[in-house]
Amino acid sequence: MLSRVANTLYWMMRYVERADNLARLIDVNEQLLLDFESLDSQRLSGFWLPIILSTGDESAFSELYDEASSDNVISFLTEDTRNPNSIFSCISLARENARTIRDQLSDELWEEINALYLFAKSDEALKLLEDDPPQFYDIVRRSSMTVLGISASTTARDAVWDFKTLGRYIERADKTTRFLDISTYFPKGATGIDLSSPGVLHWSAILSSCGAMGAFRATGLEINARTVMEFLIYSPDFPRSVRYCISKINATLHRISGASHGTFSTEAERETGKMLASLSFGDPADVLEIGLHNFLDEIQATLNKIAEEVFATYVLLPESIDEIPESNAPSKVSSQARTKQPLQQQQKA
Amino acid sequence: MFKGYAADKFYDEMFSPDGKVRPHCEPLHEKFQQIENDDFLSRKATSELYFMRQGITFNVYHDNQGSERIFPFDPVPRVIPADEWELIEAGLTQRITALNLFLNDIYHDQEILKDGVIPRFYIEDAKSFRKEFRGVDVPKDIYIQICGSDLIRGGDGTYYVLEDNARCPSGASYLLENRNALKRAFPALFDSLGVRPVDSYPRDLVNMLNYISPRREGESVCVLLTPGCFNSAYFEHCYLARQMGIEIVEGRDLVVVDKFVYMRTTKGLVRVDVIYRRIDDDFIDPVVFRKDSVLGVPGLMNAYMAGNVALANAVGTGIADDKVIYYFVPKMIEYYLGEKPILPNVPTFLPSEEKDMEYVMKNLPELVVKAANESGGYGMLMGPTASKEEIETFRGLIKADPRNYIAQPVISLSTSPTWCDGAMEGRHIDLRPYIINGETVKIVPGGLTRVALKRGSLVVNSSQGGGSKDTWVLK
Repeated sequence: MLSRVANTLYWMMRYVERADNLARLIDVNEQLLLDFESLDSQRLSGFWLPIILSTGDESAFSELYDEASSDNVISFLTEDTRNPNSIFSCISLARENARTIRDQLSDELWEEINALYLFAKSDEALKLLEDDPPQFYDIVRRSSMTVLGISASTTARDAVWDFKTLGRYIERADKTTRFLDISTYFPKGATGIDLSSPGVLHWSAILSSCGAMGAFRATGLEINARTVMEFLIYSPDFPRSVRYCISKINATLHRISGASHGTFSTEAERETGKMLASLSFGDPADVLEIGLHNFLDEIQATLNKIAEEVFATYVLLPESIDEIPESNAPSKVSSQARTKQPLQQQQKA
Repeated sequence: MFKGYAADKFYDEMFSPDGKVRPHCEPLHEKFQQIENDDFLSRKATSELYFMRQGITFNVYHDNQGSERIFPFDPVPRVIPADEWELIEAGLTQRITALNLFLNDIYHDQEILKDGVIPRFYIEDAKSFRKEFRGVDVPKDIYIQICGSDLIRGGDGTYYVLEDNARCPSGASYLLENRNALKRAFPALFDSLGVRPVDSYPRDLVNMLNYISPRREGESVCVLLTPGCFNSAYFEHCYLARQMGIEIVEGRDLVVVDKFVYMRTTKGLVRVDVIYRRIDDDFIDPVVFRKDSVLGVPGLMNAYMAGNVALANAVGTGIADDKVIYYFVPKMIEYYLGEKPILPNVPTFLPSEEKDMEYVMKNLPELVVKAANESGGYGMLMGPTASKEEIETFRGLIKADPRNYIAQPVISLSTSPTWCDGAMEGRHIDLRPYIINGETVKIVPGGLTRVALKRGSLVVNSSQGGGSKDTWVLK
C-alpha cells in the first residue's frame, strides 16, 4: 500500500474514534449534571474544567473563552471549528482524509462518513444541539459506530485494515486514559460533588463514557476509584481498556511487519511490547505508587511515541534513494524527509 | 409533463418539427407521461441526494463555509437510436485512427508535412508540439489512448465533431454515475426499453493500460496519477482508480531511480509500468517542463524516453487538440486512410489563410471565434451575442496573432426536453463519447450529455452554468 494512503487511513480512523469518544464524554457529563441542579457557576466551572484539562487543550480553550462554563466548554468541544479537536473538526478531518483515499474505501463506508459530515454541517445538527443535545450526541455516536461496523464488514484483512486498526486503537487507548485523568482534576473537598456518595457518581460517569457500565457490573465489584481504574487500565478483555487496546496495537504491528510474536523489528513494536508487558504483568499498586496522573501521562507519551515511530517507519521514506531495497523490510530513515507528510493532530500528553 | 413543450426552430431530440414524438423516444415519453408531478420532484430530489451522498460535488471557491454543490443533473435522459450510434461509433473510430497515425507521423518522419497536406509552420509553431520528443517511440505506437471528442447536432440533425480532447479528457465518471443516479431514482424508466449498459468503461480502460505496458513478463503495475485532492476532478480520479482496482498516486508518491519509476509503499519501493496521468504535460516533470511544478515527478521523462514506463495519454498529444490542427483532421483521414470522413467537422476558417482572414474580418459579428489552445469555454467570442467592444478586441487579437485563432459559424446545437423550474423546456445539448484506443478501439455506448441550463444558451460547460443528463444508446 502507498505510504501516504496508510497514513491517511490511520488518521481517518483516529478522527472518527475521537469524535465518538468526545460525544460520549460530553453526553455523559451533561446527564450527570442533571443530578446537581443547584450548582452555581463557580462550581459548574469546577465540574467542566477537568474535562478541558484532560484533553490537553486548555491553552487553546483559554485563548477563546473567558470562563469554563457549561455552555463554553460544550461548544468548544462540540461545534467550535476553531478547536481542531472539536467534534465538528474531527468529523471534517475524518471526511477530508476519507475523500483523499476514496478509492480505498467501500462505497458504504464512504457514504456513512460523508453522511456524518453532511449532518454536522446541516441546520438540523445546530437545531438539535440547541433543543435536544442528547439526540445530537447519539447521532454522532451511532454514526461513528456504523462507520466501524461497515469498515469491519467491508474491508479485506490486509494492510488497509491494519492501518485503520492501528488508528482506532491508538486513539481509543489515549481517550480512555484521558477519561480516567479527569479524576485528577476533580475539585477537592466539599465542593458539592461529594453530596450523594463520595466520587461514585463521577466514576460511574467515566465508566459510562467508555460504554463500560454493563461490563463492569458483570464483575460484581463496587464502583470506586480503585476498581474503575483497574478495570479501565488492566482489563484483558474489555475493548476500551488500555491493556486491550495495546494488545491489539501489538498484534497489528506484528501483522504489518511479519515479525513473530515476542520479537520486534521496529521501534514501534518495541515500545508497544514493553508497554503491553508492563500492563499484563504489572500490579495496579504501581499506579498508586507514582500517582494516577503521572501513570496516565506516561501512557499517553508512549502512545504518541508509538504513533511517531509508525509514521517514521512506514510513511516517511528518503527524499533520494540510491539503492532499490530488495527486501520487504522498510528501512527507517533520518528525519530530513519529515516534511513530506504532515503529522496530523496528535494531542499533547 | 410535456404540456406546452415547444421545439422552437432547433433540432429537438424527442420531438419532430410537427410536434410528434420521434419513434425511438415514444416508450420513454410514455413513461414520463405516467409520472405525477410530485412523484417526479421527489425522485429528482432522490437523484440529487445520491450525488451529495456519493460526494460527487465541487467546492464553491471564495466561500469559507466550504459549501459544496453538485453539478446539476437533469433526469430526462437523452436517447440515441441504434443506427445513429453505429454512425457515431464508425466515425469516431475512423477519426481516432487517423489522429493517432498523424501523431506518430509528425513525431517521426513527418510525411504529411513533406507532402504538403499540412503546411509545416502550423506544426512547428504550435506551443503544444513537443519537438524534444521527435524520434521517441511510444508503446504500441499509440499516442491517444483516451479521447473525449465533443459532438454537436446542427439544425438538420447532422452530427458534427466540435473538438477532439486528446490530452486528459475528463467527465467519464459522470457518464457512469449519471446512469447509477437515474437507475436509483427512476428504476421504472429502464423497463424493457433496451438501454445498453455503460459499466464496461473501467474494464476497457484497465485492459488498455495493461496492453500498453512495457513490461515483458509478470503482472504490470498500473497507476492513476492525480494532481491531488484539491483538483476539481479529484472525485473522478478516485472513482476511476477504484473502479479499475489500481492505485491512485500523487507526484510525491513516485520516485525515479535509474530511469525506472517506483511508488513509495509501506513495504518499500514498488515498480510502476503504466501511468494513466491526469496531469498536463506542462506539470508532469519539473526537470523537463515547468520547473515550478510540485505536482509532477522529477526524472519521469527520462524513464519515459528510455521506454521503461508508458504514459496514457502520451506526451505531446496536445498538438492534436490544437483548434487549428482540428481544421486538418478531415484531410488527415483522407491522407492516412484514403477514406471520406464519416463525421464532418464544423465548417472552420483559419485567419492565417489570407482568403479566410478576409471573410472572418467581414463577418465577425456572425461567427464564433476560439483560441487555438484554450478549452472549457474560455478565450472565446460568441459574435451574435457579443458587444461591439468585445468584437473589436477580438478583431485586434486575431490580426496580431492569426495562427492562434479559428472562426466558425454558430451551430445552434440540438435541444432536449429538460426540467426547468416546474416545466419541460427545450435546452441545448452536446455529447462527449469516450474513446479508448488500445488493442482495439472501444467506445462505451453512451457518453456525457452536457446541457446548457439557461434558456437559449449554447454554452454547456460545467464552469458556466451547464448540467448533464444520462445518455441512452438503444439496442
